[in-house]
Order: sequence, then structure tokens, then C-alpha cells
Amino acid sequence: MYRYDEFDQTLINERAIQFRRQIARRLAGDIDEDQFKPLRLMNGLYLQLHAYMLRINVPYGCLSANQLRRLAHIARRYDKGFGHFTTRQNIQFNWISLTDAADIMVELAEVQMNTIQSSGNCVRNITADHYAGRARDEIEDPRVWCELLRQYSVLHPEFSYLPRKFKLALTGSPHDRAAVAVHDIGLRLHHDIRGRPGFEVIVGGGQGRTPVIGNTIRQWIEPRHVISYVEAILRIYNLYGRRDNIFKARIKILVNAIGADKFRKLVDTEWEQIRDTDLQVSTAEFERINAHFLPPDYENLTDQDDELATIRTQEPAFDAWMCSNVAGHKVPGYAIVNISLKAPGRIPGDISANKMEHVAELADQFSFGELRVNHRQNLTFVDVRQVDLHCLWKQLVALELATANIGLASDIITCPGLDYCSLANARSIPIAQDLGLHFTNSGKLQQVGNLTINISGCVNACGHHHVGNIGILGVNKRGKEYFQLTLGGSADEHASLGIRLGRGLPRAEVPGAIERIVDTYLATRLDSETFLSTYERIGIEPFRKAVYDPVNPSRRVA
Amino acid sequence: MLLTKKHQNTVDSYIRIGPDDSLPAEGALLVTLAVWQDHWERLVRRQELIGVQLTSDEHPEIISDDIDHLDLIALEFPTFRDGRAYSYARLIRERYGFTGELRAVGDVLLEQLHYMERVGFNSFEINSSDPETDFEIASNDFTVWYQASGDQRRIATMLRLGEKDRG
Repeated sequence: MYRYDEFDQTLINERAIQFRRQIARRLAGDIDEDQFKPLRLMNGLYLQLHAYMLRINVPYGCLSANQLRRLAHIARRYDKGFGHFTTRQNIQFNWISLTDAADIMVELAEVQMNTIQSSGNCVRNITADHYAGRARDEIEDPRVWCELLRQYSVLHPEFSYLPRKFKLALTGSPHDRAAVAVHDIGLRLHHDIRGRPGFEVIVGGGQGRTPVIGNTIRQWIEPRHVISYVEAILRIYNLYGRRDNIFKARIKILVNAIGADKFRKLVDTEWEQIRDTDLQVSTAEFERINAHFLPPDYENLTDQDDELATIRTQEPAFDAWMCSNVAGHKVPGYAIVNISLKAPGRIPGDISANKMEHVAELADQFSFGELRVNHRQNLTFVDVRQVDLHCLWKQLVALELATANIGLASDIITCPGLDYCSLANARSIPIAQDLGLHFTNSGKLQQVGNLTINISGCVNACGHHHVGNIGILGVNKRGKEYFQLTLGGSADEHASLGIRLGRGLPRAEVPGAIERIVDTYLATRLDSETFLSTYERIGIEPFRKAVYDPVNPSRRVA
Repeated sequence: MLLTKKHQNTVDSYIRIGPDDSLPAEGALLVTLAVWQDHWERLVRRQELIGVQLTSDEHPEIISDDIDHLDLIALEFPTFRDGRAYSYARLIRERYGFTGELRAVGDVLLEQLHYMERVGFNSFEINSSDPETDFEIASNDFTVWYQASGDQRRIATMLRLGEKDRG
């Protein structure tokens, strides 16, 4: 992974000093809260319901074992002993005091981490495929470009006061694990017909109260021009994005208002003027950064299918974990291992300081001292020897980190909701806990197979409910919490937005409703059809009927 | 309070002229876009300093052909959150080639000065009890930048290549 050189380090150190001064100015009353707010937000510090929340960037999901140890230390010393991984591959601490924030910046800078622009109306932490550089289906590794774009966007003098926040996501695989179509800019590395790598540029996707699947405004652009092209997009957005209404300020609103064609023309006209400037990525800089992403010292190994098959037959729990949590690796004899942070009944994405330290030890022992945070709020070891899989699994079992549910119905994305968030309308965490326990107890997890359930506690959609196969949105009606269900959303290369099923349900009725949706799928699916395929084939009506007009009156919940 | 790029307080010598004001025969003038357009022929013939102030809704492309006539361009920040003028400043400097005084006016905050300097502003109207000291602190927060943006600062990629040359 990328390691700071003296210039990167100096900038981060200087930022920590600057923020200490800004906090001091606030505490001394030299600046008021209104003026301080954008400064603290651009350092990731939110004022939530109960305390300050600090959001720390994990750039495109890449984290070292030592950085994770430092996060454990911060959790213990400055928070309540745990942290929360988010859908943007970041980690959040929920119980931070303003007077500690400057010290935490220094602690982070010491391990080459920062909180710069993890909030605010600026370019946020860049996210990427958590299997980048390792996935079997990958065409090109996007991480060098992620790092170039990270540096490009940090403290950008022109684009730090955009109309609204701005999110970039990158992937280099045909199977999209980074949800690039629902970002302000999604960049997909692929090959043109002559086999040359380039980026497809998708603009104006997003979730929130106006969910939109992004438009491809360029099928292929040479990678060395990607920064100038992003700059052209950002400039057009900065100049013409709406500033009169916070709910209409995202780039998707601008793209929709003028149309993707006109938007592309504006961008292309701007780009022509800047494409051949210093923004072009030099070979020297590319090579310098690429040297950080060279493959680790893999051993010359072979795949262990037969050996593993024997153990899998003997140990069904290991087999279930292998089925759901382990993915193929581009190097023979190695595997990608996902560590679920979705144990039944637990808060999705939360992890204690103790477990962080154990995971760091395991990363050192089994995966070259590195790990990834993925946008479904789980952790990933990307370089595990297949011969070590059973040993690693046993250690994860001992830590209660071997929940075999990656991609399954209990692998639920959840925002912090009204338990923490000042924007939320409803508590999303208890719904996730209810459902996680429900599916685990029902014994149907493996039978149902791949199914994404995403929960947001308000229309801002931090829990990605629009793109869950089943989405759950918390709303507040006359002081009471209700949950609206959507079906058919997807965040992958066939991205789609869920359709609302019907009226909102009280919390107690949600597990039963989800159960009937799942039962409808199980009763209707053909062969190995996924939930989404069945939904697309039969439409929403059978599910609507199952939830709101069940045949068997004894199972009526409302 | 007006500051210049030399980080010194200075008196604003410009007289502000809006649409309802008559044009004085003498003195440096800072006029609105409407005044500039309505009295263009008279204003460009005057042998005095002349500046135009643009609101954040007024794209400077409108005056890009007039750059050579202008000594000052002032860009308004109606609120510190409105970042359009950062882009305008870069266009004015890098695309339209303006080398005169580029002034930030309106809701100009100390903590934004380093960004403003980098995009090309070289004078600032700012409220502060000790602006020189404040300015000195705020514009020296960083010694490393990642983005080339028209000022002459050496950015990280240039410094890195320099490192390599020395090695």
C-alpha cells in the first residue's frame, strides 16, 4: 500500500497544527460556531446527538495492521473502546471531545492517517473495489489512480467550497464491488477494443433523497488524462451547481437539469483547455506511486481445492464460511478472506479495540500486515495462503469474527441512525439486529443465498437503502418510527434503484414482512435464480401481496 | 480593512461606484459590472486606476476581453460557503491572463486565505483586529501543496522530482 514520503508527511503534520490552532480560536471565541463548522467538518469532526463524532479516512479502503492498532488505541483512549466502519470505507468514533481532537490528529499523523475532507462540501475520501489488485476478474488495478486522485483532491484550493459534498469511486473489474454508478464520479478501468486501458467516466450518480444512477459521459479516456478530466468536471460543477438549496446542490441535480449531453459538452470544452497541462500524469509520478502497489512476495504455491475439500466435508461450519466469506485470488494458492462485522445481534460495522488488535495480529500473521475496509462494512484480508485458511478460520472463530454471512441476508448495511446521528428520523441499528438474529435463527441464510439488505435511518441514505435488493428506510410519522421497504435495488455493474413496496411498517412488523418477501422468493425462484433475478422476472406485485395481503390471516401482522 | 499581498494594511484608494452613482472626473474607481458595461467607452479613456467588482453570479468571461484595461478585479464572496470565486480567480489569472490586483471581498475568512492566495487573489478585505499577524499565520499553514494552480509555488510532484535529481 502507499506509504507517505516526507512531503505527504509534512502536509499531514501541518494540517494537525493548523487544526489545533483553529480549535483554540474557537475555544477562545475568536471564531463563532458558524465559522468553525466548515473547518471542523473538513477535518471530519461532526457534532452529533450526544458528542462529537470523528470520521477518519481509510483511503480507498487500504489499511495496515499498525494503523489498525493505532485506531484501537484511539478507541480506547479517546472513545468508549470501539469504532464503526462505514459504507465509505472510513472508520468513525462516536464519543470524541473537542479538546482531544487535535491530539488525535497527531496520533493519526504518526501512522500516516488523517481526517482531511472526510466531511464538508469538498472531495471526500475516494473509495474503491476492496479486492483491487487481487480479484481474479480484474482488468486493471485502480489503486495507483486512487492515490493520484487522493493527492490531487487533498486541500484543493479551488474545490474546497463546492456546492455540496463530492464522492469518487473507482473499480478495475467488470463486476462492480465499488458501486461506481451511484457516486458523483464513478471511474471504471477497462480495455478498449485495441486492448488499451482507460477509464469509463460515470457522472451524477448518487443516493440521498434523489437517488440517481449515473450517466456515462465518456466511454474511454486515457488514464494519464483522468485528473484533468476530473478537474474539468469539478470546475463545471463548482461554477454551475446550485447553491440556493442544499437539497438540490449535488452534481446529479445539475446533470439532470441540463441533461447529460449538455453537461458532457461543457466538460469537454473545459477539458480541451487543460488536458495538456501539468495535470497530465507523468510517467515518473505514475511509476513512483506504482512502486507502492507492487505485489507482495508471494510464494510459488498451487491451489488447495482437494485438501480444503476434505476439511470442508468434515467441518460444515468451515465449509459455510468458505462458501460465503472466501473469494478467489488471481495468484494460485492464495485466497481473499472477508471478516464479517455482522455477527447476529451485533451492530453492523462496529468492532471493539480488543478485536481490532487481534485482527491486526492476524493480518501480520496471514496477510502481509495489510487489510481492506469494504463498503459493506466488513474487513478483508486480500493475501491469505490457502494452506492457512483453516488455521485462520479457527482463530477467527475464537474471536467471534467468523460469521459466515458475507453477501447473505444477515450481511446488512446500516447507517448509525437515531442512536447517534443528528439527521436521522429512526433507529436503524435495532432493525439490523432484529433481522440478523431473525435470519440466523430461521436457518434459511444459506438457502436464500445472496441477498443484500440495506438500512438507512433517514432519506440521506447513508445506509444505501436505494441499492439494496431489499431496502429499508426509517421515517418518522407523527412522532412514531416507521420503516418503508423497497425492492429490486442493486449496487453492482447492473445498478438499479429499489421500488417502494407500500406503506411503512412499525419496527415489530419488519422482520415478519422481510420473511414473507424471502418466502415468496423461495417459493417462486427457478433453479439457482438470485432474489434479484426472480424479482425482475415476476415483478413487485407478488411481494406486495405477500406483505400487505397475506393469504393466511393468522400470519397477518398489521 | 484591506490587506495586500505584501501582508501589509493599506488604504483602499478606490471609490466604489454603483449604478445610481455619477462618475467622478478624478480618482480611482471600482465599478459594478453594470456600470462598466454602461460607461465602457468613458471608463477606458480615463487616465486613472479602474476596477470592476463582480458578484458570484457574474462569470468573469464577460470581461475577459477587457482585462488589459483593468487594474483591479474584485470578486465577491456573498458567503464564505460560496466557492465559485475560487474558480473565477483561476480563470482570470490563468486563462484571461490578468496580472493586476485580484481582490477578495465580502465574507472573506482568515481560514480561507491560503486557498485564496493559491488561486490568484492578492488582496483581501478582511475583518480582524490584528490582520497582519493573522494573515501571516493563515497563509503559512502549509509548505507542501499537491496541486499546481497558477501561482508559482513548487508542488509536491515537482519537489519529488527535484529530490530524485539531487540523489
